[in-house]
Parts: sequence; C-alpha cells; structure tokens
Amino acid sequence: MKTIVLMKQVPNRDAVLRINREGTWIEEGDLSYEANESDAYALEEALRLKEKHGGEVVICSMGPQRVKSMIKDGLARGADRAVHIVGDDLAHLPPLASASLIAEAIRDERPDLILAGLQSDDYGYAQTGVILAELLGLPHATIVIEIEKTGDALRVKRELESGWYQWSSIPLPALLTIQSGINQIRYATLKGIMAAKKKEIREVKPSIQNLGELVHQRVERVYAPQKSKQTQFLGNGDAKAAAAQLAEKLHAEVRVI
Amino acid sequence: MANGILVFAEQRGGSLNRATFETIAAAQTLGRTLGQAIEAVLLGYGVAELAAQLAGYDLSRVIQIDHERLAEYTPDAYAQAMEHVVRMVNPKYVIMPHTYLVRDFAPKLAARFKRDLISDCVRVNVVEGRPIFTRRVFLGKMDADVASDDDPPIFVTFQSGAYRAEQAAKGAGANISQIDLEINEPRTKPEPAFQEVKQAVDLSKAEIIVAVGRGIKSQENLALAQQLADLLGGELAASRPICDAGWLPIDRQIGSSGQTVAPKLYIALGISGAIQHLVGMKNAGTIVAINKDPEAPIFDVADYGIVGDLFEVVPALIEELKKFRT
Ligand SMILES: Cc1cc2nc3c(=O)[nH]c(=O)nc-3n(C[C@H](O)[C@H](O)[C@H](O)COP(=O)(O)OP(=O)(O)OC[C@H]3O[C@@H](n4cnc5c(N)ncnc54)[C@H](O)[C@@H]3O)c2cc1C
Ligand SMILES: Nc1ncnc2c1ncn2[C@@H]1O[C@H](COP(=O)(O)O)[C@@H](O)[C@H]1O
Repeated sequence: MKTIVLMKQVPNRDAVLRINREGTWIEEGDLSYEANESDAYALEEALRLKEKHGGEVVICSMGPQRVKSMIKDGLARGADRAVHIVGDDLAHLPPLASASLIAEAIRDERPDLILAGLQSDDYGYAQTGVILAELLGLPHATIVIEIEKTGDALRVKRELESGWYQWSSIPLPALLTIQSGINQIRYATLKGIMAAKKKEIREVKPSIQNLGELVHQRVERVYAPQKSKQTQFLGNGDAKAAAAQLAEKLHAEVRVI
Repeated sequence: MANGILVFAEQRGGSLNRATFETIAAAQTLGRTLGQAIEAVLLGYGVAELAAQLAGYDLSRVIQIDHERLAEYTPDAYAQAMEHVVRMVNPKYVIMPHTYLVRDFAPKLAARFKRDLISDCVRVNVVEGRPIFTRRVFLGKMDADVASDDDPPIFVTFQSGAYRAEQAAKGAGANISQIDLEINEPRTKPEPAFQEVKQAVDLSKAEIIVAVGRGIKSQENLALAQQLADLLGGELAASRPICDAGWLPIDRQIGSSGQTVAPKLYIALGISGAIQHLVGMKNAGTIVAINKDPEAPIFDVADYGIVGDLFEVVPALIEELKKFRT
C-alpha cells in the first residue's frame, strides 16, 4: 500500500506571536517551526499501516526551504521519501489553491491512501484534505481516530461531536483526515536519522500558472481578539501574592473553601 | 444574477441542531445589512416536520430534499444534493454552521464551484458595502479579518456560539418547496453512530474541576494538580493533548469531543483556551486561569486570571488553601 502523508510546517505552538508592521500577518523572521500536530499523528499512522501491510510512505509538504527540516525529521522516523513543493509564499495559500497545487504534484504517484491532518494550527481552514479528495476524485472521511484495513477497503472510526463516534467503510484509494490522539507518536532514532540522509526529497515547482483564479479569500488584517469578559488579574506577576489573593477569593467570594 | 443568502440547516436524529438557529441568526444579520433575502435548505429523510419548524422563522423559503439516500449522512450524497440546490438557487452567499458534519462535506461542495470556505468565522461586519468576515487563527490566539470580493457563491461557515440561537427571528411562515433529485449511491458506508460505554467518572456532576493542559509538561506533574483538586474536593480533568498522550483517560477530557461541564468552579492550569476546549467549560460559574502567556485566549473567559508559571503558583496556592483548612 502506498500512502502519501500531507505535512504542513507551522509556527511552534509556544511561540510568542508578534503582529507585523503592516498589521497583515505575524512577524515571521524570528519564529521557530514544527510539524502541524495532526499531521504528525497522520505520519505515525501511515508508518504503522506500512508495518502491518507493507508498502511505502511518502511525505508531501508545500512551503519554503525551511520545511526541509520537518521533512527530514519525518524521514528519520521512517518515511521512505518525500515530495517538496517549493515556494516562499506557498504556506500562505488558501485551501483551494493549496489543494490544487498538491493535487498536481502527487497525481502521478497514484497512491492507495492519502492522509492529511484534520486542520492546520496556523490558518485552521480545516479544508485542504477534503478539497484534495474532491480534486482527485477520491472518497474521504474526516476526523478519523482508528483505521482497520479489510481487503481493498478501510473501516475507519470517526469522531463526532460530544462523545459520539461512528464507523464507516470506505473503498481504496481514499483520503482520510486524521485527528490527534489516534496513536502514540514515535521519536526518531539515531539509526533512523542516519538512514534518512540517503532518502530522496524530490523538489517540484508549483505547476499552476493562474493561481490567482484559485484564491478567493484574503486576510486583510490580524489583531489580538477583543476580550469578552472582564478578567480580574491577580498578583501582578508575583506568584505568592497571586496565590494568596486567589485563595481569599475562593474563600470569600466563590465560597468553595 | 446571483442573489440572496442560502442557509444550510443541519438535522440529526430527528431534530435541528442548535447550530442551525445560530446560523439563521448570522444570516439574518448579514441579510438585513445587505438587503438580501434568506432561504434555508434542509436535507434528510422523513424531515417534513423539521421543514415546517424552519418555516416558522423569518425566511423567504425553505427548500427540502427528502430522500432515502439522505437518511444517513454521507459526504457524497450531501455534496451532491447541496450542489444541486446551490446551482438552482444561485445565491450570493451560502452560510453554514462549522460543525463536524459541515466540515466533512462543505469543502467538497465549495470545490465544485472552484471555491473554498471562509471557515469557522466568529462574526461578520459590513464595511462600506463589503462583508468582512472575522475568523480565529493560531488556535484562537489571533483574529483575522478576511475579505472576498469575488463572484458568488461565497461559502461561509460560522463557529458554534458566534451568534445566539435565540436571536433567530421568527416570521410569518415561509413556503416549503420539495426538490426531487436522483441521488447516486454514496461510496462510504456509515454504520450507526454510538457513544462509548459510560465510564467511571461523570464530570458533568462535579462542583469543582481542576483541569490541566499541555503546560503541565509531564505525567508526573499531574500529582500537583491532583493535590489541588483533593484539597478543594474537586475532580481532575484535562485538555485534549493530555488525554491524547494517555496521561489521563479520555473520560476526563473537556471540550467539543469530550465532556461538557458547568461546575461552580473551574481552574484551568496551563490550558491555552482553544475554542474546542472552551465550548466544554465556558458555562462554569467561576473560571480561574493560570497561564504564563498573558495573551492566552483562556483569559477571555476567565473571571480570575494569574499570569505566571503554574509550578510556582500552584504550590503557593496549595499552601494558602491549607490555611483555610486549619
Ligand atoms: C475537531 C477538534 C476537536 C477537538 N476537541 C478538543 C476537546 O474536546 N478538548 C480539548 O481540550 N481540545 C480539543 N481540541 C484541540 C484544541 O484545538 C487544542 O489543540 C487543545 O485544546 C490545546 O490544549 P492545551 O491548551 O492543553 O495545549 P496548548 O495549546 O499547547 O497550550 C498550553 C498552554 O500552557 C501554557 N503554559 C506552558 N507552560 C506553562 C507553565 N509552566 N505555567 C503556566 N502555563 C504554562 C502555555 O502558555 C499555553 O497557553 C480539538 C481540536 C479539533 C480540531
Ligand atoms: N502547505 C501544506 N503542505 C502540506 N500539507 C498541507 C499544507 N497545507 C495544508 N496541508 C494539509 O492539510 C491539512 C489541513 O489544513 P487546513 O486546510 O489549512 O486546515 C493539514 O493538516 C495538512 O495535512
């Protein structure tokens, strides 16, 4: 079974985000990056499927050269090779444009399965995987938390809202979007890191000329969200004072102690 | 020419979701400012009563596709039915709730119109005749204003809670039209939805909850939070990453895919406050947040906030609380 895993590199979740001078996005110069959380789970799931059923795991990522560090880490964990769609602004495309470029880059690979994350932690569109499935004519299932292979089909467990679940059968080839927690992620071993050095990372250029026709939404401004509640801040940076004030509130106002 | 707003009404198991009425409220707000009429579309099997319920709202029409192949939700059947309706109605805007069901088929629908969704919006404002949609980015840490000056249809989804269901205006009674359509056999075959067997703890009954997030750093550190919970006679709970890592069982997860709770007191330790967490706890009586990041969105819903390192604050808090015990 050949599985392609879509992986996006996003700013570290603990990064301090500063808005750029134009107020149009965040300052990117001094950020550090990591694999999008659900994509890391998707990669792990692809590796586990390969261990059980054989085949190949191919990472596909779109973005500037910096994404190579994430790709190499994925190869060190056990992916076989990678396709890197290279371009400085490609990590900022809205989902139809992203999915269209990815579709062109992987169409000839004819994978049995494509795994994507359920949403990116930066833009959070929650769409790229589903649109890609549509563009490639594949059936899909989203928010998947368990996968069973049954002959030429998969049986997948989907998470629904507020504690509900559902199993679904889906014929291969197919695309799934993966929810975090589907597995426990492995670390790269030293052996894996050494082996990764010899693995192929194929660079491709974006293949669509009129990308503008696929861009239908533009971020005009970013800013800190307006606060909806009057939070009373305690302690003014002093942990001990904060603790004393909070204990007093819990006693006198909330009356839980 | 494209005109009007089409609202997707979501039903499951014989009732309309709360999110549907929130979406009607959102559409009515936009419709009033832009002077656009609103129609709603309902898909399902045996849903005539729900269509009648919808018709009681201030809408110009309710479109219903009542079909056996829509009895169970599948992305293929829903995308096909919605594609048909959108082509027929030719609306300027298609507005939907950002539910798990919509996330599953709506990107596919939009792609058939060479569009994507302006997804998970928290509000819309019309500025000089242009609708500006606001959506959260970076897991709720920033707001982004998004514009689309494009040709219709423009597909938009709204976050749960962005508008209030009670604000959906009632009307004089809208017409209901049933659309007949051949629906292809869906490729995916769903089995009945189910809930996992009820586990040991029912946090919805807890009066006091101490919840930990990724800021707790390691499983060993849970003992610190447990100590605080014990002292207050409360239960320990967590955000998703803690349960994903297997540090606490899934029945202690709070949020859209976990439990919804409304205790008297909710103390969030090292939880950033992503929307999927907030929907599970924002109705708590008093919310306390301890987080080292002053910009963390959890402070948005907190009554009391402490900006600081939880490993300094929590031990100090435990000492202070012990004083009340003696
Ligand atoms: C479909 C879907 C469903 C989901 N369902 C749920 C759900 O049911 N429940 C849920 O919780 N999430 C859910 N999520 C995930 C959610 O989007 C967030 O990723 C998650 O809630 C983040 O958890 P966190 O706040 O613990 O971690 P993070 O976002 O990583 O935040 C950690 C916080 O800890 C703070 N911190 C770090 N160190 C310290 C310290 N020493 N002292 C004090 N503070 C510190 C940081 O400043 C940060 O704010 C869902 C996501 C999706 C897409
Ligand atoms: N630039 C990209 N490169 C690789 N994969 C991507 C890219 N953008 C989005 N994806 C995939 O699509 C998923 C959903 O992203 P989004 O639609 O932005 O929420 C992500 O979790 C990734 O798996």
